[in-house]
Amino acid sequence: MQDYIIELRGITKSFGDKEVLGHIDLSIKPKEFITLLGPSGCGKTTTLRIIGGFEQSTKGDLYFEGERINEVPPFKRQINTVFQRYALFPHINVFENIAFGLKIKKMEEFLIEEKVKEMLKLVNLVGFEKRKINSLSGGQQQRIAIARALVNEPRVLLLDEPLGALDLKLRKEMQIELKKIQQRVGITFIYVTHDQEEALTMSDRVIVMSEGEIQQIGNPEDIYNEPVNRFVADFIGEGNIVDGIMVKDFEVKIEEQLFTCVDKGFEENELIEVLVRPEDIDIVKEEEGMLKGNVRSVVFKGVHYEMEIKDDNGFVWMVHSTDMAKKGERVGLFIEPDAIHIMKKVG
Amino acid sequence: MNKKWLSIPYALWSLIFSIIPIIIITIYSFCKRSPYGKIIYEFTLDNYKQFLEPIYLNVLWRSILLAAISTTACLVIGYPMAMIISKTSIKKRNVLIMLFVVPLWTNFLLRTYAWMVLLRDQGAINQFLIYLGIIKEPLQLLYNPGAVVMGMVYNFLPFMVLPIYSVLSKMDNSLVEAAQDLGATSGEVFRKVIFPLSMPGVVSGLIMVFMPAVSTFVISDLLGGGQTVLLGNLIQNQFLVARNWQFGSAISMIMMVLILIAIRISSKYQDEEGGGLW
Repeated sequence: MQDYIIELRGITKSFGDKEVLGHIDLSIKPKEFITLLGPSGCGKTTTLRIIGGFEQSTKGDLYFEGERINEVPPFKRQINTVFQRYALFPHINVFENIAFGLKIKKMEEFLIEEKVKEMLKLVNLVGFEKRKINSLSGGQQQRIAIARALVNEPRVLLLDEPLGALDLKLRKEMQIELKKIQQRVGITFIYVTHDQEEALTMSDRVIVMSEGEIQQIGNPEDIYNEPVNRFVADFIGEGNIVDGIMVKDFEVKIEEQLFTCVDKGFEENELIEVLVRPEDIDIVKEEEGMLKGNVRSVVFKGVHYEMEIKDDNGFVWMVHSTDMAKKGERVGLFIEPDAIHIMKKVG
Repeated sequence: MNKKWLSIPYALWSLIFSIIPIIIITIYSFCKRSPYGKIIYEFTLDNYKQFLEPIYLNVLWRSILLAAISTTACLVIGYPMAMIISKTSIKKRNVLIMLFVVPLWTNFLLRTYAWMVLLRDQGAINQFLIYLGIIKEPLQLLYNPGAVVMGMVYNFLPFMVLPIYSVLSKMDNSLVEAAQDLGATSGEVFRKVIFPLSMPGVVSGLIMVFMPAVSTFVISDLLGGGQTVLLGNLIQNQFLVARNWQFGSAISMIMMVLILIAIRISSKYQDEEGGGLW
């Protein structure tokens, strides 16, 4: 048994002169729900298409259970794909769509029928066999697309922004459902999205990509709490990113103030960047604050207030808090040591 | 302003040049003929009965057969062409489509005459084959049904290629990828996905070629040399030579019904996707 089901080693891809993927190394374990996350044009879909066999990498090797499969055409790979716009066949009904792959494998009719039924049950669409694709809603088409891929019992399922076309409420339901389906069938899901919340909700591991490079690989908590650089911090959630100096281990200077933190291993007086999540900042009385400033704006967001507070050095902090300060009021800001995340400065 | 007014020029046009003539032809086809060819407005079915004579049924059969052969040939040649065009890059695509469309700018008669020049005994093809020593005597290439089919295919091929091309180029490539992903080889992708989805274009093409092919008289006149009489020739003769407008009208009606049946049958394959030309 191989440790990894899919491995990318030094995968590079160029379209003409334009390099869209620069040296991607990635190892994916069996039964893992892994998400490629990044803004559009970051190379995540290209990576997925290389794994699916729809694109050839310019350089590098792709392994499936230890075997190199660069040249294996898509129809021979034990990998199935759920396409961005579902790509269901409009000329045949739901049953024929799901049965498509099985019929090509020349499976016996009664087995096909059984398996299609089973799949419709898995995606909660029992009784839809005879329906036309065009008569289905987006969410239903989505489920049929998943059923059509899963019925072939692939070892790996690729999903290319499968929820992108659905409305918010349906998207949230489908996120949970997808995760359930993945746990039930117990295969590897490789999921592509630009929606950070989707990635954090569903994944075992998240791969944050930007401009054809992997920025960070980690579980959702690590990605959110310990982003390695400004790009990841900015892309995942909201955050205050401010320049700082690592005076020594466990001590950082931000906005001319010394703060205790939990990071070490930097050089003395190294220039770094600091991330503080808006919900990790407490608003206190001016004299108790580590930083002092004026409240610039207050917006009610339902669960909390979103406030902008300009400190005396001119940096504007975004704060999420259930305590409300008044606009124009002077307040103090209090930040716990473990709320301060130190990142290497890039560029 | 009411938009309905905009349709008036078209409505007038089709009233004067389509609907009224059809009504006149319908009336003529049921009229009696005086010995000198004058129309006598008395109801009769004689004109239609006359058509049931074997000699005319033969013409009907020959017209349908030649039109069907040409249409099939156009499909067999045109489909791969449409596929190749739809797969090339946009720059080359425009050049290829131009190659198809440019001949259409030349006069139809001129194009057909050009084939006479190529196919006749002293024509380029025969001369070339003799020069190569493959044949000694010139082949009889002109004035036979083969030449007529040739002329039809040449003239009507664009009407097959363009609607198929238009459907294929609009087809979502992810459908092809999805089929591959589900294990289909390129042959299976074509049979199970590409071809069925291109049916609207194919049907459009079939009608667009069959209609002019079954009714042509110029091609059969020039390339068939009067040896291959088709429905179109028959109608032309009845109106211009035999001066039997009543019989000519009856044949026209029969041909029209034939075409309407063809459209009716094919429209069943059309309503799904809409593609093609109508």
